[in-house]
Amino acid sequence: MSTETFPLPAAPTKKVAEPEILTGSGAILRSLENLGVTDVFGLPGGAIMPFYDELMSSTGIRHILVRHEQGAGHAAEGYASSTGRLGVCIATSGPGATNLVTAIADAYMDSVPMLAITGQVFSTLMGTDAFQEVDIVGITMPITKHSFLVTRPEDIPATIAAAYQIAMTGRPGPVLVDVTKDCQQNKAPFIWPPKVDLPGYRPVQKAHGKQIQAAAQLLAESKRPVFYVGGGVIRAKASAELLELAELVGAPVVTTLMARGAFPDSNPLNLGMPGMHGTVPAVLSLQEADLLISLCARFDDRVTGKPSEFAPNAKVVHVDIDPAEISKIRFADVPIVGDAKEVIADFTLAYREAIKTTPSDLTEWWQRLNLLRAQYPLGYDEPEDGLLSPQYVIQRIGQLTGPEAIYASGVGQHQMWAAQYIKYERPNSWLNSGGAGTMGYGVPAAMGAKVAEPDRTVWAIDGDGCFQMTNQELATCTINKIPIKVAIINNSSLGMVRQWQTLFYDGRHSFTDLNTGHDTVMIPDFVKMADAYGALGIRVRKKEDVDAAILLANETNDRPVVIDFIVSPHSMVWPMVPQGVGNSNVQYAKDHAPSWDED
Amino acid sequence: MTHVLSLLVEDKPGLLTRVAGLFARRGFNIESLAVGASEIPGLSRITVVVDVEELPLEQVTKQLNKLVNVIKIVELDPVQTVEREHMLIKVRVDNTTRSQILEAATLFRARIVDVATDALVIEVTGDTAKVEALLRVLEPYGIKEIAQSGLLAIGRGSKSITERVFKN
Repeated sequence: MSTETFPLPAAPTKKVAEPEILTGSGAILRSLENLGVTDVFGLPGGAIMPFYDELMSSTGIRHILVRHEQGAGHAAEGYASSTGRLGVCIATSGPGATNLVTAIADAYMDSVPMLAITGQVFSTLMGTDAFQEVDIVGITMPITKHSFLVTRPEDIPATIAAAYQIAMTGRPGPVLVDVTKDCQQNKAPFIWPPKVDLPGYRPVQKAHGKQIQAAAQLLAESKRPVFYVGGGVIRAKASAELLELAELVGAPVVTTLMARGAFPDSNPLNLGMPGMHGTVPAVLSLQEADLLISLCARFDDRVTGKPSEFAPNAKVVHVDIDPAEISKIRFADVPIVGDAKEVIADFTLAYREAIKTTPSDLTEWWQRLNLLRAQYPLGYDEPEDGLLSPQYVIQRIGQLTGPEAIYASGVGQHQMWAAQYIKYERPNSWLNSGGAGTMGYGVPAAMGAKVAEPDRTVWAIDGDGCFQMTNQELATCTINKIPIKVAIINNSSLGMVRQWQTLFYDGRHSFTDLNTGHDTVMIPDFVKMADAYGALGIRVRKKEDVDAAILLANETNDRPVVIDFIVSPHSMVWPMVPQGVGNSNVQYAKDHAPSWDED
Repeated sequence: MTHVLSLLVEDKPGLLTRVAGLFARRGFNIESLAVGASEIPGLSRITVVVDVEELPLEQVTKQLNKLVNVIKIVELDPVQTVEREHMLIKVRVDNTTRSQILEAATLFRARIVDVATDALVIEVTGDTAKVEALLRVLEPYGIKEIAQSGLLAIGRGSKSITERVFKN
């Protein structure tokens, strides 16, 4: 029954009377080709060798040999997140498969459509603690949308097609397909399109009209509404619909960390990012709102702060394609389960009807919000130690490179600054690890994005800590001619942990100094490292050299570029809501809380 | 509060791990679990008893529904449901207690399924209250061992939970 709602593309090859006999490996390859996969990331090993043997002769699929399977996983994520297409990563059994685990968990938390294909030992050896045997299906059960173990070659086409369908539809997510070595070697007739039988998988598409009308009525009556936009709007490709609705209503929009770019930053309705390091206007707009229109956001603790004190006076309209997100954290007065693209379009129609009888007036609300904007704009102080300001560097990268580029970040202070100080105008231009908070995501994700979007400039905004976790993929980039740019925001420390130590642990900086930056031994030397990897390495210490380095990087497309920006270790991310308290306690800068009207 | 959930699931390898793992991961205790074939080939039925409040129950139901191999979940209303447990009880006997125990078994419509000189195995089926009552009666004689099934439950009347699933 599910096949009717999700037609599989027909095989591009001509129909022959007798189905072709293929090995399981050949069937995997042919299935991927038939599904339109053109790029995969992986690293071979014993249990996946039959497939790699087939892959070598493929003309339709480009395989990029990574240096660590985690890199393949994040590259697949970057590939998927920059385009909405399926990201594919491949690894062998045992440690190859477990090296994918972090990336799979990351894709699960951020709803990234990903297919992980792993080799498994011979089916006859499974359960005997064979060489490089791990139960990867068991290990990844809590972090995949679904997983399959395949032992018979005749099951390959339907399994790969089902995996594709599950990963790409509904709330997207990672699917793992574990294939035994004998399954890869044995032969079976290849039948395409296969019959995909998933009786338990029926993602909701179309929402109830009545709920949408109720939501539109609430919105028309609201005096202080806010569109609380989450990353699902990007996954649903619903940015155009959102723009139309928001401009029709004229209500403020806040875009979460995962939703940066879902709504243009240049649009005057956009108050910026909410949450722990959100702008004061975005944070307080939610606190003072009487209605939240939550579009594919999941009320993450980094957004809500203490949930019982979050948006205390607001009713909630919650739109999500995953019914389990509705009322998970915050009770939804109007729950709407459906695909955001359709729901938002229907919402716009319903709102046009609603305002005929209930004209909306948000003048007072905007007076309040504009006051907050004027009082608490996003900003930073130059570091007192005279070193380079990390915010300035990141802001200049954004300004000199522009909104058509793709920006991928690691996790930590530089991630927050990149979310704050780069201005995003289009969906899929900002890639980061939001839910899982995976350090090391940046470089491989940028690599994946550059493979998917070769004509776009791709920057990895990375930290000195993050960069040291996955920089081996620079070799992959250089050899495969994937010219990404890496900006290391080198504050010589695990900066976000250091910031918390400064603020909440009496300044005891326990094991957060990495000795990569100013006034240290600088190990490793990132410029020499770039050189060793065949990339262009540049070191910048002074403000006046920042622009020239960025421009040189943007002009250099014959190899990757690594810029080591030696920045102040004392810069902190502001504003900030300390963990575990209500969002009304947002601090604009250290010991500086904004005042606001209690009504 | 105790709730009885009936799950219709595809009989696939690892299915039980997926279901049980989800309960554990989301912090719900399974009080009882019974798994067996359903009337449709390839589909199994799982009866789960959980002790949770209304809101977390809704969350666990929604999460279970997201498992690709779970086809349907219904919460069974105790008033409209037949519930049965099945228990095997090995009880110590001697010449003086044997006839009393046999009498008790008869009263509970339980059956003797194994006889030894110093022990009997009694099989009893019923709702939780009945099974527990028999246990209390047998306790003084010395219970050596029990084996108990999870709760089985099915809705009263002619409706079936599989009906609506396969109508289209």
